[in-house]
Amino acid sequence: MDTCIQKIRELAADLLERGEVEKVIGFAQGTIPMATSPISVGTKQGVDNLVFNSTCGLNLANFASRQKGKIAIIAKGCDCRNIVTHIVENQLQRDQVYIIGVPCNGMVNKFKIAALFEDEITGFAEDGDTLTVSSSSQTKTLKKQEYLRENCLLCTHKNPVLYDVLAGDLVKEQVLENAFPDVDKIEAMDVDGRWQYFKRLTQNCIRCYACRNACPICYCPTCFVDEAGPQWVGKGQNKTDVDTFHFLRAFHCAGRCTDCGACVEACPMGINVRDFTRKLNKDALELFGWEAGLDISKRPPLDAYSPQDPDDFIK
Amino acid sequence: MGNLLEHMGVERDRVHFSWISSAEATKFVDVVKEISEKVRALGPNKKFVKDYN
Repeated sequence: MDTCIQKIRELAADLLERGEVEKVIGFAQGTIPMATSPISVGTKQGVDNLVFNSTCGLNLANFASRQKGKIAIIAKGCDCRNIVTHIVENQLQRDQVYIIGVPCNGMVNKFKIAALFEDEITGFAEDGDTLTVSSSSQTKTLKKQEYLRENCLLCTHKNPVLYDVLAGDLVKEQVLENAFPDVDKIEAMDVDGRWQYFKRLTQNCIRCYACRNACPICYCPTCFVDEAGPQWVGKGQNKTDVDTFHFLRAFHCAGRCTDCGACVEACPMGINVRDFTRKLNKDALELFGWEAGLDISKRPPLDAYSPQDPDDFIK
Repeated sequence: MGNLLEHMGVERDRVHFSWISSAEATKFVDVVKEISEKVRALGPNKKFVKDYN
């Protein structure tokens, strides 16, 4: 078995046995191939359910706050950055969470793999950089690197930034020449081209809010889309309402989004929700030199005032 | 916010931001004139408009 999974189980069992934490939050194998689901393990016997592989695309930081007692959490680089964001935003105290850091080599794009098969995928296994995916009619061997999610391809924080213990060896961080090629591509279009691009992007949105629910920084007790008095945005499939939801949700994530890709992972319609937040991440970096979730001692740019803040937008 | 709107295809001159004190009547007039001219030049807005029909 994978040494990383073995290590996660050992650490979890030890923590639970010593009573250091009340529960361990991690990933369990899902009910279908290529799927994992979050799990909360409270007993030593339960740790055998914990897994970690290239399909653990959701962000467990979502479950870190609002817990009773101390918890342990299995955290990839992006999960760690979101735990840092939770601590910075006072949703969580550092001593309430024990972070089992997992250096991550990226998660796979399930839509891309599913598109290779005409029938349903019935088996998924990985060994290092090789994926073996099978359906009832064929078996394919794939290189993991070619099927990574877009945000993982552009990830420069694969290693956990804050942890109590590591469940694997640190991996080499990549250095990108251009961290935002996707944003640049949209920016190169003219104004109507961009409008059409986003129109096509959201045309299949069914307003299920899976992106919001999967997002670790969307933790408002009542989301603006659920509010009834006042009703900020219409609840139907009207295009303007759909766009307003995406635009405002993205803006609520400004300077906070870690580009973990959980929104895209959760979307049943395959919408690249990141196209909205990526622009804000680029702005945060260019205007404020800020990347979210790297340091628990720094305040986020929209939370702090500096006379150097750019103000050329205001008359 | 202006940047993201522009990124989504809403014209830069459509949305304006300003900070005007209640004592700055002339600045208010100047800003409103400028906004009116820029928005008039763009013509009617078709984006982010809800069609109730």
